[in-house]
Amino acid sequence: MAPAVERNTGMSYERTQTSRVVDNGFKWLTWLFGVGIGVTLLAIALQVAIDAWPAIQKFGIFDFITVARWNPVEDIYGAWTQIYGTLITSFIALLIAVPIGVGVAIILSEDFLPERLRQPLVFMVELLAAIPSVVYGLWGMFVLAPLLQGPMTWLHQNFGWIPLFSTPPTGRGIYIASLVLAIMILPIISSISRDSLASVNPALRQAAYGLGATRWETLIQVIIPTAISGIIGGVMLALGRAMGETMAVTMLIGNSPRPSPSLFAQGSTISALLANQFAEASGLQVAALMYAALILFVLTLIVNVLAEYIVKKVEIKKL
Amino acid sequence: MTSPESSPALSKGRSLTRTVSSKTIFSNVMTGLVVTCAILALIPLVALLYYVITKGIVRISPQLFTQLPPPPFPRDHPQFNSGGFGNAVVGTFMTVGIASLISIPFGILASIYLSEFARDTKLANAINFLTNVLSGVPSIVMGVFAYGLIVVKTRSYSAVAAGVAIAVLMLPTIVRTSTEALESVPNNLRQASVGLGASSYQTVLRVILPAAIPAIITGIILAIARAAGETAPVLFTALFNNFWNWDPWRPTATLAVLVYNYAITPFANWQELAWAAALVLVTMVLVANILARWIVRRR
Repeated sequence: MAPAVERNTGMSYERTQTSRVVDNGFKWLTWLFGVGIGVTLLAIALQVAIDAWPAIQKFGIFDFITVARWNPVEDIYGAWTQIYGTLITSFIALLIAVPIGVGVAIILSEDFLPERLRQPLVFMVELLAAIPSVVYGLWGMFVLAPLLQGPMTWLHQNFGWIPLFSTPPTGRGIYIASLVLAIMILPIISSISRDSLASVNPALRQAAYGLGATRWETLIQVIIPTAISGIIGGVMLALGRAMGETMAVTMLIGNSPRPSPSLFAQGSTISALLANQFAEASGLQVAALMYAALILFVLTLIVNVLAEYIVKKVEIKKL
Repeated sequence: MTSPESSPALSKGRSLTRTVSSKTIFSNVMTGLVVTCAILALIPLVALLYYVITKGIVRISPQLFTQLPPPPFPRDHPQFNSGGFGNAVVGTFMTVGIASLISIPFGILASIYLSEFARDTKLANAINFLTNVLSGVPSIVMGVFAYGLIVVKTRSYSAVAAGVAIAVLMLPTIVRTSTEALESVPNNLRQASVGLGASSYQTVLRVILPAAIPAIITGIILAIARAAGETAPVLFTALFNNFWNWDPWRPTATLAVLVYNYAITPFANWQELAWAAALVLVTMVLVANILARWIVRRR
């Protein structure tokens, strides 16, 4: 092509000034909102930390975490009961939900069930995740608690010498809050575990079958070990969710200010404390509640970043 | 029963049978275990749906959506079945509406940046990471954030404060589903558009976005359904209101907080209203999920 022609037509292809400005403006606008996500996260951390500052100064870090006293009358605050409750309910919920969730994941990733049954099962497990927390709380209070009263009383009467069962069960307590939490985090564990089981290289499975392994030998010795980091990532995400879960726990845990080794005792969690006291708090109590919220924020942040890191590593390895 | 000639063959057969059967027993036990897991996972869902429907349906009527909450009545009171939660329905629409107005444009613009202008760059990866971290922040912390940001400064609980808290909650879901939707638009559409002389904003707004819109709407529907049932971030931002309220800067009733407030009271007619509100919330979630599936399948 002759250079002259190129120069002639080249002019008409060039954009007008306004078109270029609009184009760049649009790009910057989207950049602004993209970066805005990070800014939002930062703003949450800063806002909560600044509002918590009076309480951080007054009670320090160690005292606030290790002292179990929440006394708005004397304005003395330590959140050990709530931190303990948050950790213990999440831990028990994981103990229950991990085996069941992984079991569900196995059934969904293998061809135990015909496709026609598997699809509704996937849908129903997803639905479990979509039901509002407050509805779980309502159900736990009026349906599950009366149902569990009998068996739990039996446990207390016959095994009361074990510290775990040492107090008489009431309708509220750590045991029932943990159980409902387990139901709520089950879908996260099963869906992420299913994804990581399903994305194991099929050649591995074929090789195991070729060596004469049965389906279960293949699963236990090949598939699950390969997918284990994805499963752990899912469990970590579920742990983060369990620690921050508020409404169902608030309605079921009983909101006692004292920590107890018994599962039947009433307890409290950070989120339950916030839900119960925030609307009526004033002065230093608001700062102390903000401080508790900050601790919850940091705890879940650590767990979630670890989970993200593990899940990401798995994704990279699979590529 | 054994003749000398057949015994080697038989013993071989026996040993073969034995190993196979122990493997079979193991397999059957394990299969039984995972089937039990699936059943255990489904029992709570079925039980929950059963109770929400049977306990909630007794109070479902048009007046539920047009009347104000009644005072507490004993069970034998003539007005036991009176009243509704019309104000909470309005309040839920108001808070979720404000949250959508903030989070939908915010989320879609951010996802356009992530998918169209910065795909696979370091910044985009960092933003994706932060989006996931944001989605892991407990919803009650969003409430605390909005309380400090708005309630303290305006000196009033309000639908706006609740809307901001819920918007932060919806944002990660919308960003993730929209980015995924935009990224799955085939590249030849982009090339064709640019080849015809379109600028990048024209390409995005007239070609890519319309192609991705069904999937984006699916994500938005799910986010809204989830947001309507969120209680923790609304509890001390919108608070509650026993009367009609149309002012977004004043305390506002929502269905989710109504379930909580009425469930923990000892009054039977309020507890019944809590079940009815729970049924409304669960129905919304169900319809949204089915609708979302339907949109995805139709594509």
